[in-house]
Amino acid sequence: MTENGLHAEDALVISGRALHSRLILGSGGFPRQSALVDAIAASGAELVTVAMRRVEPDAPGSLLDVLDSAGVDVLPNTAGCYTARDAVLTARLAREALGTDWIKLEVIGDERTLLPDAPELLAAAETLVDEGFVVLPYTSDDPVIARRLEDLGCAAVMPLGSPIGSGMGIRNPYNIAIICERATVPVVLDAGVGTASDAALAMELGCDAVLCASAIARAADPVAMAAAIRAAIEAGRLAAGAGRIPRRLYAEASSPDAGLADLSSSTSARGGAPSLGEPR
Amino acid sequence: MSALAVVINGRSVELQQGATVADALELLDLPAQRGFAVAVDAEVIPRGEWQQRKLAPDDRVEIVTAIQGG
Repeated sequence: MTENGLHAEDALVISGRALHSRLILGSGGFPRQSALVDAIAASGAELVTVAMRRVEPDAPGSLLDVLDSAGVDVLPNTAGCYTARDAVLTARLAREALGTDWIKLEVIGDERTLLPDAPELLAAAETLVDEGFVVLPYTSDDPVIARRLEDLGCAAVMPLGSPIGSGMGIRNPYNIAIICERATVPVVLDAGVGTASDAALAMELGCDAVLCASAIARAADPVAMAAAIRAAIEAGRLAAGAGRIPRRLYAEASSPDAGLADLSSSTSARGGAPSLGEPR
Repeated sequence: MSALAVVINGRSVELQQGATVADALELLDLPAQRGFAVAVDAEVIPRGEWQQRKLAPDDRVEIVTAIQGG
């Protein structure tokens, strides 16, 4: 929720924990682990998402060691789960593996759109909240579902701007604004950001943070995009606090009419004035 | 002593009768690593129970860790 008097440097508090960065970074899609490390540094993020998958005994260096050295905390997700049951099990595995109660809850309803399955999402959220998880649900841009998730005890709501990885920005800014206006928990725009201006818009609409993966990881220069989106989030938050002017159909002059010089002459009034700059 | 056939991360594996979750992890050379969790037939087995929890024939053991994603 936005209120007057926001500052770009104030902390985002989720479930009692203060975060000084309002950019949560997704770790997926980076071509190399080193690119992820560089992007983390440029993004300033303190929380980085990870997915839970089967161990590969021959896999190269542990991602957890890399994230540790980068000084960030992991936020496990339940990506790839299509039922509440699978998402709950994945969350339990993540808690056991990583020692964190925080979970980015995703329950997907359709493999082409990767849009959330609202009934399954609500069921999973209810179970996980009961089990003591700090639940951060990835949800649609439906204000009613967002409210239901909040009522269940989710620590934040994370509506999508547009489908995961689509880079289509915020397709329904009015719904995002409604969610932000009514929420009493932090609102994190999750999914759809394509470039810095999308992140700035999210913040201007009242979001408290932005979760961003593909827009950074798949940019031609992930480090530069991480820096750009970080700056955009700060700018957007400042702008949200500053209060934008109302939109008008017609112009409203920013120079006063009062005191305007009378530049008419008797000849110009008759249409015979020489044009400015004409040689004498 | 006959072997105990279980499935670990989708692969059929033969362990000794009476093998525990810890024995299965030994086979994969995982005990030294951190950051992974084990489920047996969709039930999470806490780390503290790996030594005691015996596997049964055809148990499906899933061992997961964090990878880049999301």
